[in-house]
Parts: sequence; C-alpha cells; structure tokens
Amino acid sequence: MAERLSLLCVSGTREKIQMAAMTAATAAVGGTEVLVFLSMNTLGYFVRGDTRKAPAEGEIGELMEEKNVPPFRRLFEQAKDLGGAQLYACSMALDVLGIDEDHLEPFIDGPMGLTRFLSDAAGGRILVF
Amino acid sequence: MGDEKVKIVDATGSFCPGPLMELIAGLKDAEIGDVLELLSSDKGSAADVPEWVGKVGHEMLGSEERDGVWHIRVRKVK
Repeated sequence: MAERLSLLCVSGTREKIQMAAMTAATAAVGGTEVLVFLSMNTLGYFVRGDTRKAPAEGEIGELMEEKNVPPFRRLFEQAKDLGGAQLYACSMALDVLGIDEDHLEPFIDGPMGLTRFLSDAAGGRILVF
Repeated sequence: MGDEKVKIVDATGSFCPGPLMELIAGLKDAEIGDVLELLSSDKGSAADVPEWVGKVGHEMLGSEERDGVWHIRVRKVK
C-alpha cells in the first residue's frame, strides 16, 4: 500500500505556498498518495482567474520572484496531472470568502470539510504549511 | 548508444522541482524504450532526478555536467 502524505495549507505567503507545492509535486510523482487541503489564506490563490503573487516573507521569497522558479499553481497542477494528487478546498474557507466550488481553478477536485480531511489523512503523515 | 535516438528535454534556467517535472511530462509522452536527455542548470536537480529515476524504476543511463548544464539521460522502462 502506498504511503500517504497530507498537506494542510493555511499560509498566504510565497515561501510557504511554494514549499507546499514543491512537496506535493515531488511526493506525488514519487509514488506517494498526496492529499492537499487548501484553507485560510492559501485558498484565495486558487480561485479561478486569481493571478496575485503571494507576498514574500523574506529574502528567499524575494529572490524566487527574480528567478525562474516554477509557479506554485503550476506545481500543484502537475502534482495532480503527473502524480495523481488530490486537491481540495476547505468548505469553511469557501463560505468565508463567499465563493462556490464552480469558481475554483479546474485542477481543484472540489470542496471538503475538515472532518473528512482528518478522516482521509488518518494513519498517514500530515504536514502543515 | 551513440546512434540511439534521444529526445531532449530542455529545462535549463528552471529551479527544483521544475526540471524533474519537465522530465516526467516528457516520459509520459514517450514510448517504452525511449531515451530522454534532460538538460538542467539546477544543481539540486542533478542529484534529485537520479534519485527519482531509481525510486520509480526507470533506467539511469548517465549524468554529466558540461559548462554548468547537467545532461541526464534516462530510458523509459515501464
């Protein structure tokens, strides 16, 4: 049975979202079952048409902007397309933002509640970004 | 090996895990037995890509650095 890794993404800063996306993509293409739960300040970047750049926390985040680092949205999409990762939007955060699932990026699988996420993540590792 | 048809995947200028993702996308479209040569200027990827190739069971044919660009040759085996 494949190893399972679940990512709980809450930060809206560039470094944390980038690290989550890199981890999701790399783990997924290595054969790990990856589950991503996008909530809090992360979720807004996955509303369809949102092209904002996440603000940098520090030096690395600023340098990433100048260099040809793969964009985090693309890495999450590749985690799904190339590695079969599952990506869900926190239903609470959707309610708070006042958007419905039809307005999410097409590579997001849909809304998910925290109870279901914790149930699906049970027994595997959970990383928080 | 010299007369083998090799598909080049040019990921120079990209950073980790960009080159790995480019290689995987290339492998997805390739036939079993095809050889892909990934070009990467990212030092981390030069170590990471062979690690991935070994983990998932493709064949590493070689890796060499020329003028700051790593040429990583991989055969698709499944």
